[in-house]
Amino acid sequence: MYGKGLRALSISTVVVMAVALGLVFFWVPLEADQGFLQKIFYVHVPLAIVSLCGFVAGGIFAIQHLRTRDQKWDYRSYVAIHMSLIFGLATLITGSIWAKGSWGHWWEWSEPTLVSFLIVFLLYATYQPLRFAIEDPERQSRYASVFAITAGAFVPLNFIAVRSSTAFVHPRVLGATSNLPWQMSLTFLVSLLGMALLFTTLCKYELTVKHTRAQLRALKRLAERREGKATASLPARGRSAAPSLHATAMTAHAPEVRGR
Amino acid sequence: MSAAIPDARPAPPAEERPAVAAPAAAGRRTTPTWRVVRALLRKELLVELRTLESVPGMSLFAVTTFVVFHFALQRNSVDGDLAAGILWVTLLFAAILGINRLFVADADQGGFDGFALAPVDRSAMLVAKLLALLAYLVVLELIAVPAFGLLLLGPPLGHALPDLLGVLALGDLGVAAIGTLIAAIAVRTRARDLLGPLLALPLLVPVAIGAARASSPLLALGHAGAPAARWLLMLGLYDLVFGLIAYALFDFLLED
Repeated sequence: MYGKGLRALSISTVVVMAVALGLVFFWVPLEADQGFLQKIFYVHVPLAIVSLCGFVAGGIFAIQHLRTRDQKWDYRSYVAIHMSLIFGLATLITGSIWAKGSWGHWWEWSEPTLVSFLIVFLLYATYQPLRFAIEDPERQSRYASVFAITAGAFVPLNFIAVRSSTAFVHPRVLGATSNLPWQMSLTFLVSLLGMALLFTTLCKYELTVKHTRAQLRALKRLAERREGKATASLPARGRSAAPSLHATAMTAHAPEVRGR
Repeated sequence: MSAAIPDARPAPPAEERPAVAAPAAAGRRTTPTWRVVRALLRKELLVELRTLESVPGMSLFAVTTFVVFHFALQRNSVDGDLAAGILWVTLLFAAILGINRLFVADADQGGFDGFALAPVDRSAMLVAKLLALLAYLVVLELIAVPAFGLLLLGPPLGHALPDLLGVLALGDLGVAAIGTLIAAIAVRTRARDLLGPLLALPLLVPVAIGAARASSPLLALGHAGAPAARWLLMLGLYDLVFGLIAYALFDFLLED
């Protein structure tokens, strides 16, 4: 069920990303002030926007999880936050490169967007250790959801706080698209779409892999049971921060286990 | 409501009574929440008074931190934004000591289990713990702020005090709301002493921004005027949002 539409999604991601990169490198005019360096804008800003949306989406999935108690929402929340962390790291690195290029420092405290992004990143960096530190899977997903909702609400508040604490030194990105030349806006929007597609595709891949692995494990266990082997031969599972699906998959696919 | 206490009613017929009473009692709170809060708060403060686990440690930590700042910064007196920064960093770190200990007794000695057995509103525990943490912070500041004025602050504390009290109150509310929620999350994890500060500090950054910005004109040489309204507004907004979030989410932390 998770693999459905994956091929179409992957192909469209590759196409849109290729078009976006083509536009960035060969079509869009150089910006007068910063020259070639400004092209990192088409990677850095979509990365940041997508990863922030991913964090907030993780919070929304977590609300769904607490409301419905359906494990799949916890899974989605986990994958969204996990992927946003990776995108967030890329955002910090590209932002750092941009800062070095335009101001000569690797880090710029007077750039509020970058600073608030760092705070959000530091907060979400504790998500995996938190999951890791709770052994009971049910409680792990519940506590992780509470954390994801709190942190999701923190994202916009933190941006307000940091932004109002610093003088603006940098063109405001979201407001700035309106007074960009239309070629730049178009390229930016295509890049943003590509990045969003990339995020969705990677999330879907991760969900599919996890789900398939859980099903496979359940089937293996079922096969062992049919062959009359000892039920205690559970595969040794390493400690993981990821939510565990195997318990639900096992009951769903091996009805006679539940019947006992 | 004494109606739910069995003794207050005429003795019902023995067989049918439980079947009728159970659904009715389930939908109704047996004890008003404010009384539960009062009882829990009293318990918290009594335990703290008898064991003296949190507040003395927090206060001592704050005073020691001022001494460390004196040597690390190599300054005899500070003022303005530096003073505000030192004051708030110290208060936040001292608060984190209290946050780390806030639920430890409940987790280790069965307080959560006992509370789970009682037919009362779950949010009562949040409110009681929040008020207890707030009380700890007030006592901490009663010691730490005068000590700061004595040890490090250049300009006299007296002029700044009325406005500073408002900033402290708003900051404390935010710290207490975040702190109680995070403490309840962290206490049931394996690495509770590590996770508490790790989770709480990034969430407290906006409090640090708002409180430090609001108190820096108060602590400046020559008392540079009242704090800008927008910082107080930001602190108030933060307190409100996270108070509501803590209220909405706390029940989910107590489910087992």
